[in-house]
Amino acid sequence: MEPRSVAIVGAAETTELGRIPGLSQIQLHADAALNAMEDCGLSPSDIDGVATAGEAPAAIAHYLGITPTWVDGTAVGGCSFMLHVRHAAAAINEGLCDVALVTHGESGRSRVGRGGFAGAPASLAGQYEAPYGLSGPPSMFTLGVLRYMKETGMTHEQLASVSVVQREWAALNPRSTFKDPITVDDVLNSRMIAYPFRLLQCCLVTDGGGALILVSKERARDFPTKPVYLLGTGESVETPMISQMEDMTTSRAFRVAGSRAFAEAGITHDDVDHVMIYDAFAHLPIYGLEDLGFVGRGEAGAFIEARNTAPGGPLPVNTNGGGLSYMHSGMYGMYALQESVRQMRGTAPAQVPDAKISVCHGVGGMFMASGTIIMTNE
Amino acid sequence: MADDYKGPVPVPTPETQDFWDGAKRGELRLQRCDDCSNVIFPARSFCPACACRSVSNFTASGKGKLYSYVINHRPPPGFGPDPHAIAIVELDEGPRMMTNIIDCEQTPEALVLDMPVEVAFTPITDEISLPKFRPVGG
Repeated sequence: MEPRSVAIVGAAETTELGRIPGLSQIQLHADAALNAMEDCGLSPSDIDGVATAGEAPAAIAHYLGITPTWVDGTAVGGCSFMLHVRHAAAAINEGLCDVALVTHGESGRSRVGRGGFAGAPASLAGQYEAPYGLSGPPSMFTLGVLRYMKETGMTHEQLASVSVVQREWAALNPRSTFKDPITVDDVLNSRMIAYPFRLLQCCLVTDGGGALILVSKERARDFPTKPVYLLGTGESVETPMISQMEDMTTSRAFRVAGSRAFAEAGITHDDVDHVMIYDAFAHLPIYGLEDLGFVGRGEAGAFIEARNTAPGGPLPVNTNGGGLSYMHSGMYGMYALQESVRQMRGTAPAQVPDAKISVCHGVGGMFMASGTIIMTNE
Repeated sequence: MADDYKGPVPVPTPETQDFWDGAKRGELRLQRCDDCSNVIFPARSFCPACACRSVSNFTASGKGKLYSYVINHRPPPGFGPDPHAIAIVELDEGPRMMTNIIDCEQTPEALVLDMPVEVAFTPITDEISLPKFRPVGG
């Protein structure tokens, strides 16, 4: 970091210290944050970066009404906040955000509303979602899809075509878990999991791993592999509670991350040769194509059904077979990144000829978070 | 009391206590910002739209419409063997909340998006009643 390039302009503690049984842990974060904003004359709408530990950055951002373009949840114990400050300086210098907020709050003594993981009985999700008979992501991530179908006219057959097309890609990949062709009828006759989602519209559950090594572009010349350059990046979070999305038919986090990445890369959608969209469930490529701007509102189902994203189509999507057919360990994003790298190196089993730009788009939680990485080999 | 309820039991925090006290009385409690009139749910002691720290609790109409849902065919332990709808209701006051739809067949034919619904509280412990919704006139 360039010396004197970043300064702390607002600082405050919670209104009270000591014993505060009247505030939950997340409210302690908010109280300190509001006090710091007051200290320097800012409001939540001025803030676009959030770093915290002990609570999730998405929980803090949404609680305060912030739409971040940068978050950091680095959690390394008591010195986490020093690291957050350092990361915030780097983020500001890099233009990932303009105003970063670092919060701490801990109901260490009174232990009020102290969660630690989503769904703890005193967390907001524990109070307002957990009691309604949830069975994990298949019964939650999918909750907005009937609304999407009503508003856009997407059919069950179009939604099923996502799984069919991705199975075609998977058939070209020797490492895919499932390779046998399937039809729309196969999808719509598979076991019901959470209406309108059936088994073949839900991701696999498998074991695996992956890793990436990144260096400067100068250093990259020293390696024997073909360099894959980062061309544009974006990130955002919305809410850890799917029921509290501002619109369950589109992801704000997708839109913020995607538009940021495209703007940074300085490209248009016509420049893109290859796309990965994290597909834990079949509606994610639908939401992703629309929220990233590849197609208009309500057009993605027909776009996929018409084989635009299939092998031989003009916009190859999820060319490894995706989480629906390739593999899904739980945190699938690494595998989407690996496939984008393979496509840019020219080594993918289902290689897109002459692909020069790949858009790799990930989701975190259930539309809670999003990250977009645009890569190029030029 | 629904002695057979085996699911997770909400634990109120200072900010949400009014909501759960209201639920026990059979009232759906929301908050309104004293400055910008934004309606807030879940409860907190400030407005996420304008950061005003002055908000007031009020009893909502309890009326809304069915916004979206899934029918969970693999109910978790404690929720019986039959498929049940996990629903999102959009309240007339604006906020949306997760809930279940009661007094209604748990089928796509019976669960019609945008149908009017009204709150009905289900006690699960002496202190906690869950807000659920049923079709109006159903």
